[in-house]
Amino acid sequence: MTDAPMTDAATRAPVVDAEEARRAKSRKIEATARYTLPVLCMVLAIFAWDRIVAINEIPHYILPAPGLVWAYLVENWGNLTDAALLTGRITLMALLVAVIGGAGLAILFNQSRMVELSFYPYAVILQVTPVVAIAPLIFIYVESKTVGMLLCAWIVAFFPVLSSTTLGLNSVDRNLRDLFAIYRASRWQRLIHLQLPSALPYFLGGLRIAGGLSLIGAVVAELVAGTGGVGLGLAGRIQEAGYRLNIAGMFASLSLIAAMGVFIFAALSLLSHLLLRKWHESALKREG
Amino acid sequence: MNRERRELLHVSGVDKVFAGNVEALRGLDLTVRQEDFISLLGPSGCGKSTALRLIAGLSTPTSGKIEWRGDHGAGDIGVVFQEPTLMPWATVSQNVYLPFRLVGKSYNSVRDEVLEALKLVGLEKFQNAYPRELSGGMKMRVSIARAMVTRPRLILMDEPFAALDEITRFKLNNDLLELKAQIGCTVIFVTHSVFESVFLSDRIVVMAARPGRVTEELRVDEPYPRPESFRTSAAFADHARRASEALETAMEAA
Ligand SMILES: Nc1ncnc2c1ncn2[C@@H]1O[C@H](COP(=O)(O)OP(=O)(O)O)[C@@H](O)[C@H]1O
Ligand SMILES: [Mg+2]
Repeated sequence: MTDAPMTDAATRAPVVDAEEARRAKSRKIEATARYTLPVLCMVLAIFAWDRIVAINEIPHYILPAPGLVWAYLVENWGNLTDAALLTGRITLMALLVAVIGGAGLAILFNQSRMVELSFYPYAVILQVTPVVAIAPLIFIYVESKTVGMLLCAWIVAFFPVLSSTTLGLNSVDRNLRDLFAIYRASRWQRLIHLQLPSALPYFLGGLRIAGGLSLIGAVVAELVAGTGGVGLGLAGRIQEAGYRLNIAGMFASLSLIAAMGVFIFAALSLLSHLLLRKWHESALKREG
Repeated sequence: MNRERRELLHVSGVDKVFAGNVEALRGLDLTVRQEDFISLLGPSGCGKSTALRLIAGLSTPTSGKIEWRGDHGAGDIGVVFQEPTLMPWATVSQNVYLPFRLVGKSYNSVRDEVLEALKLVGLEKFQNAYPRELSGGMKMRVSIARAMVTRPRLILMDEPFAALDEITRFKLNNDLLELKAQIGCTVIFVTHSVFESVFLSDRIVVMAARPGRVTEELRVDEPYPRPESFRTSAAFADHARRASEALETAMEAA
């Protein structure tokens, strides 16, 4: 919303104070730099990488030139996208389970203090124990590879959703809570109309962290579980390429994993922005 | 002027003691009649908010009784807090609709009431706005619309205008009296402003702290509607002086 007086000021030449002009200019520069600088850094790094390999004549089985990695990517695009789809599917399913499990537990804990007191410590234990250490055991007891991988990814990803949603459910404005009590709202009404909307920004914050963590969980699970059975994911591809000293292949798969992580983060950020833009302060700032 | 109105609520001998032996209220007696405008005036910590919470049923007295005359159910009390206390995720009309929603009425069945309430506070054009798009005074108007949309028997207001600038506050004081005349409700209004209490109310209950108690009750026998010019009248100054003295005495007693 602009609050410039329309009638008079529109006909006159706009007065721009020198300080305001400077500020506008630096805002503009920052807006462009936000995208150009990272891209520039990447281009420079790749160029430097290429030069270093060429000048020192580093053999490709130690460090391949970026061109080789690119060539590998193009050549094996079909295989790599299959692998990416597999890893991506596990990641998304894990994220889904983490969201349902994390938010569900948060609501359950919030509704019953006794349940919370009983189980919260175990949620923490599950969170602080490194998943790499739990994963081999999981694959002993769980028959299905997919289920095992999901379980690993869930263990890593559910906690941020649980803890941030719990925080959100408890961060209801005290006066609003009183207002609901005065109108004799039921527990259920309070949950639906007051606590869940209050918790939404917190939940979305947890979700963004969980997105990255489910990818980590999926990759770790794949590395621990080995590559047989369900086909090869990106992590399996890295491992396999490693056995063959195909370093270019390792870099290619790695870059796809990184791209996937960035994509998940960006998608979840966008989701969060779309859900909150109408009312939440965090979205207000972005709109300027 | 002093025609007897029906009794709405009777508070007798109410004490409230919080953990740690904090005597928030001692021996509160208060008779509220229909269409009363009662101000609770006192320094902070004298138990004004505690008294409102007890009347609202949000907490129970340690001893003493709060008795309602006649049926008393959900929607019979409206509340306005010091902050507007709106749901930021809901539009203005959804916020005002809340009391109905909580008793299970559909929006369509009460749309007229919601719009009427918004019209009364002069915000019908903003029904689809979100709270963050409104100024402090406008948010408070939404809060008032929400409190009266169910046409409650009693509206409790806890320092509703304390955070607003004086110009907005005067305007809202005038509008509040007008509103009250239109819907004929009963108001208990907490304030620590002598002028506000004199301008608005027909009874001022002066309170002192530690323990929270009533020290004096003043009447402001001035007819409603009270025009803006009442603020500068000799009668106003006279009432304000009496209320200030009573407040002074209450603070010394503490
Ligand atoms: N929930 C509570 N627990 C303990 N003490 C409280 C509680 N609520 C209020 N008090 C105490 O009771 C006294 C009166 O508080 P309050 O009614 O909020 O005063 P006022 O609204 O007049 O400023 C204060 O000393 C306050 O600290
Ligand atoms: Mg108070």
